[in-house]
Amino acid sequence: MAKELWKGNEAFAEAAIRAGLQAYFGYPITPQTEALEYMSSRMPELGRVFLQAESELGAINMVYGAACTGVRTMTSTSSPGTSLMMEGLSYIAATELPMVLVDVVRGGPGLGTISPSQGDYNQMVHGGGHGDYYPIVMAPAGVQETVDIVYGMFDLAEKYRSIGVVMLDGSIGQMIEPAEMPPMLEVRKDIPEWAVRGGSGKDKRILTSINLDPAEMEKMNLRLLKRWKEVEKNEVRFAEYYMDDAKIAIIGNGTAGRIALSAVRAARAAGIPVGLLRPISLSPFPVKAVQEVAAQVDNILVVEMNAGMMLEDVLKVVQGKTSVEFYGRIGGVMPYPEEILAEIQRIAANPSPINGHPRDLWIERIEPVINR
Amino acid sequence: MVALDIKDMEVVYQHPDSLANVSTHYCPGCTHGIAHRLVAEVIDEMGLAEHTIGVASVGCSAFSYNYFDFDFVQAPHGRAPAMATGVKRCKPDRIVFTYQGDGDMISIGAGEIIAAAGRGENITVIFMNNANYGMTGGQMAPTTLPGMKTTSSPNGRDVEQTGYPILASELLATQEGASFIARRSLHDPKNIRMAKKAIRMAFETQVRGLGFSMVELLSTCPTNWHMTPANAAKWMEEKMIPYFPIGDYKVHPALSELKV
Repeated sequence: MAKELWKGNEAFAEAAIRAGLQAYFGYPITPQTEALEYMSSRMPELGRVFLQAESELGAINMVYGAACTGVRTMTSTSSPGTSLMMEGLSYIAATELPMVLVDVVRGGPGLGTISPSQGDYNQMVHGGGHGDYYPIVMAPAGVQETVDIVYGMFDLAEKYRSIGVVMLDGSIGQMIEPAEMPPMLEVRKDIPEWAVRGGSGKDKRILTSINLDPAEMEKMNLRLLKRWKEVEKNEVRFAEYYMDDAKIAIIGNGTAGRIALSAVRAARAAGIPVGLLRPISLSPFPVKAVQEVAAQVDNILVVEMNAGMMLEDVLKVVQGKTSVEFYGRIGGVMPYPEEILAEIQRIAANPSPINGHPRDLWIERIEPVINR
Repeated sequence: MVALDIKDMEVVYQHPDSLANVSTHYCPGCTHGIAHRLVAEVIDEMGLAEHTIGVASVGCSAFSYNYFDFDFVQAPHGRAPAMATGVKRCKPDRIVFTYQGDGDMISIGAGEIIAAAGRGENITVIFMNNANYGMTGGQMAPTTLPGMKTTSSPNGRDVEQTGYPILASELLATQEGASFIARRSLHDPKNIRMAKKAIRMAFETQVRGLGFSMVELLSTCPTNWHMTPANAAKWMEEKMIPYFPIGDYKVHPALSELKV
């Protein structure tokens, strides 16, 4: 199929449909709403289930019910809506049901802004809902990558009976880019063995997240953890650019990684040996790739559209083996490539290890910029 | 002593097939058991056991799935109508019902139940109203009567501070999408028989694809009301029913000719 111009939000909706999505439930919220609108015409046209829920609470619980019947199901929302869905996500994780969530992230906290952000990193990657559970979280950096990741996410969710999250910076939901759509898959006819279907007696199935016996809950928790260990082993994804001879590495995901790539190219043109590691799977985090980068380079610069959420994960992996610095824009502001280039040039001019926490040093640098 | 020969006797009352043969966790004198039995009898009589998916809620009935012998899912607190919607939309040929208490349905889940009724969602709701949060030890519910003492209204519900009971049947009956809304009581045999007929009507509503149906069942909670079961039944008749009148609040015209 040829490349066409697709808006991010509509592209992921169509990609999900082509992956055999059977039931979509959602609620309007900027900057995600085009996906809901797209689904509202496309799903009924194909004889599939679409319903606009009364709230994000309603939407995630409709997904919960649909997932119990074994269909491919999803919802999409944006950060404040994601917060509301946390209850349902914890229940769905505990019931060991596959589902896909696309979170088109906007600036917070609170009602915040409708501008792009990566402020949902902690609530998705480190779990905003209660209890020990582990969603798969991927962060694409463009429309084509969004299409490819959403298309494959249903298989991953089903393979691990897990929640698959695609975390999309608001910018990617709103941008229009050429993308090639994958082929339309047949909607699945069979249903998984565990799904409810209306059976009784020996054929009765119960899908629940409660077990008052702590010993049994402990076993269930261990089962989820061991399944997660398999995900960590098999599903790490990242992209590297100009890393072969790099002495400085940028680590940034999604839009921040993409903007950083422009800065890396400009710095390379000026002869600075800098490369980019762009984590695609934020959970599981590309631990080994970051370790290898830390062993190779003298300086790491983490770039994010938040106040350093992934930074904490990088610091945890690097364990002081190399100097880590941070640059972020917050509250819905996006960095320009020139800002990141200036950071690269600053580090190249003075590569000696920093003295202090990277966030504290960044605050000193960024405060005059923010208050300008 | 006369030895009875029971061989020739007709069985007129037995354990419904759809009620699992297990012991109950409900308190002595609680009417959840009666409600479970009535639902199971109706499912059996309509031949729906192989076609039904129940949705349990949070509260004393969280474990209702243990007592029904057919497929069940378990919803977060208040979200059963939304979860049931997800099940029903994906399995439109199945009978889907929720079983919810008053705190679950008309406090934390008020949004979900009104939205489901408004949509005319083709599900059935069994609503147990015992005027308190039983599972957590008897706190004030949205259905607690004015002046009624609970563990979180120790001096009696003060309407100046906490307002008035929500009349769920009257409220939901105003929704165009609702096709059968009735309130019944489980305090004596006559009312229990009337309750069963209402439950039958509610499931018939769903089988006919007429939209949302709900039966509110006034229920006793002897443990948290601090009464004997007999006194609880008497208290319900004297205090609860006057506030929550028994009756049919909405009956779709297509159901009016139906005799159950």
